Amino acid sequence: MAITIFAVFVAFVLGLSFFLSNKTKSASNYFAAGGQIHWAVNGIAFAGDYLSAASFLGICGMIATLGYDGFLYSIGYLAGWIVALFVVAEPMKRLGKYTFTDALDSTFNSRGIQLAAGISTLVVSIFYLIPQMVGAGVLVTPLLGLPHAVGVMMVGAIVIYIVATAGMTSTTYVQFLKGGLLIVFSTVVVVAVCYRGFSTTPDQGGSMPFYEYKTVDAVRVGSDLTIEGYKFDHSMTLNGNKDEIVVLSKDGIKTWWKSDGSESDKPQLHQLAAMMEKADGSKLINGVEAGKNDQLLLGNLTQISGKTGTEATTGPVGPIKYLAILTDPQTKIQRWKSVAKFTEDGYAVSLFGPTITSGDAIMRPGQKFKVSGTLLEKIDFTSLMLALFLGTASLPHILIRYYTVPSQACARKSTIVAIAAIGFFYVLTLYMGLGAMTNSVVNPFDDNMSAPLLARSFGTALFAIISAIAFATVLGTVSGLIVAASGAVAHDLLDRFFNLEFNDRQKVVIGKSAAFTIGLIAIILGIVFKGMNVSYLVGWAFAVAASANLPAILMLLFWKKTTAAGIIASIIVGIVASIGIILLSPDMYVRYGLSKEMAPIPFNQPGIFSIPLSFLTLIVVSMFTQKKAVQTA
Amino acid sequence: MLHKPVIETKKDNASNYKMRLGVVMFIIYGIIYAGFVAINLIKGSLMNSIVIFGLNLAVVYGFGLIIFAMILALIYNHMCTLKERELNTPKGNK
Repeated sequence: MAITIFAVFVAFVLGLSFFLSNKTKSASNYFAAGGQIHWAVNGIAFAGDYLSAASFLGICGMIATLGYDGFLYSIGYLAGWIVALFVVAEPMKRLGKYTFTDALDSTFNSRGIQLAAGISTLVVSIFYLIPQMVGAGVLVTPLLGLPHAVGVMMVGAIVIYIVATAGMTSTTYVQFLKGGLLIVFSTVVVVAVCYRGFSTTPDQGGSMPFYEYKTVDAVRVGSDLTIEGYKFDHSMTLNGNKDEIVVLSKDGIKTWWKSDGSESDKPQLHQLAAMMEKADGSKLINGVEAGKNDQLLLGNLTQISGKTGTEATTGPVGPIKYLAILTDPQTKIQRWKSVAKFTEDGYAVSLFGPTITSGDAIMRPGQKFKVSGTLLEKIDFTSLMLALFLGTASLPHILIRYYTVPSQACARKSTIVAIAAIGFFYVLTLYMGLGAMTNSVVNPFDDNMSAPLLARSFGTALFAIISAIAFATVLGTVSGLIVAASGAVAHDLLDRFFNLEFNDRQKVVIGKSAAFTIGLIAIILGIVFKGMNVSYLVGWAFAVAASANLPAILMLLFWKKTTAAGIIASIIVGIVASIGIILLSPDMYVRYGLSKEMAPIPFNQPGIFSIPLSFLTLIVVSMFTQKKAVQTA
Repeated sequence: MLHKPVIETKKDNASNYKMRLGVVMFIIYGIIYAGFVAINLIKGSLMNSIVIFGLNLAVVYGFGLIIFAMILALIYNHMCTLKERELNTPKGNK
């Protein structure tokens, strides 16, 4: 069913693009939809453009595993729209033509600005493209059973067709459709979550029996253990002999357990969630043979407002009560973390152990961002919140949407529609993430699928629709990014910087060729970066965008002494400083296979340093180049 | 030619007013947003305090930031629209 709904949606989008291609003959049509999009349509298209795979899949997944800390992204992303509305929207519309480079360069006509801003657009767009394409692969594998690379190529090919046929016009309607569908069906999921309420034994509406992980008492006899009702198979020690892992069997089914004391004569054994997979794809989940597409799904409440067992089941609850129950310190949430990974008897074995956290700890920051931790951890948190706040109004694919409406007032109104739609959606993310966390639908290998898997717990139809929308989410955002990047290549760099003097029709052809090339690059990057965390990469894009673009935009609007040299310097310093800090950060050193301590920079989030540095650079360089600016004027 | 917008827009006499108003509202929102970050950093345990209907400060403040953004946006639009009508409508049409 998911494949059918997705196929219908794709066929509709491709048909729409083909239909609109006849109307896309001029550069203004191709890059800015002729500036004739209605503000309400543009507002929802903004939402469709902005609510990327990171928002839908990444945030819900992060909330499902870390609680409120994932919701911090929702708060920061939405707050960024305030900067866009109050400071950027109308001036951008007034000053620009096709790209944000036009706006920056509106008073200078500087080739340096055209080059720097064009490159900045390309860098940010490509950083943002990678997680979207990786997200496409993540979706295809469980849904269609296709390899990651096929998913990436499929999405890439569809998006290239959308953009290359009708440019911004078809992109706008794809984003409008996707934005509308995403909000409507996310609301349906949240209503279903509240209607189901809470249970300590969630069985997905009766469709999947709850798997109860047990704790048993054991008696140590020599090197063996005796457990009532189970047969001891073997044991091993891991993590420098700290953890004793025990394998027991019952009715021919082997299960994995962790002892609470390898030295104790009477240890307790806690059952672990176990996934065993062979190279040919055959797998065992908790010792039972499973289908190729079956997944290990975890996460539930062990206590609800102090109650356990059947009396804890709530039945339908309202949206406020839903959050209040989870906030109760007497509500206990069971989450699962990796305990060990190793190979045994030809199986790759992955074991996950439970941790119980009280509701009040889940419903406040602290699980990921250690706000009460060390100074460096506090700096990282502040830096992230700053980058999220300032990043939105600096994203090129968002800024170009201001050129698709007819007036400044329409630019403002469409931003307000976007704030309402996006704000509402971000409220829904909290419910979807927490719904996944408490309904045993979190895949510990990949939390990105939490929202679609939550939808599946309400039936195949909703899963099919949500999965198709998730694909559409990738299509909509990637289309916008490719339009922005092709505008940077065709308009900012080739037409303006290199002064190649294209006529209107040639500009469209160049734009389409650029879209094709960038689409191919996106496909390659999506395959190369397989397995990399989607939200992490989006964080990069926000930090780079806020550092490279925002100081230039704001100072151009509010500081009359800003010079072209100041803008160029701030863009270059912003890009170099933000990317430099990311590449030298402790998190990146872990990815290089080195230890965190070797990293020359002790923090992971660049914004708090690179954004002020970019502002400072603009001010200093502008002060030193004042005379030249006066002469130019 | 290259710097002109896709569609020529009329002169907006209200643009200075809107820019000033935007900056003021941005500062108001920025302070409240910074307050959220500061409370977490300085006294994170406050986020556990139950504020209303069993919801803690973290949830109320987080939702509050989203709802407040919507309210400010609507106020901003209303005030901008009024000023545009006042300053951009030809005198004979008033």
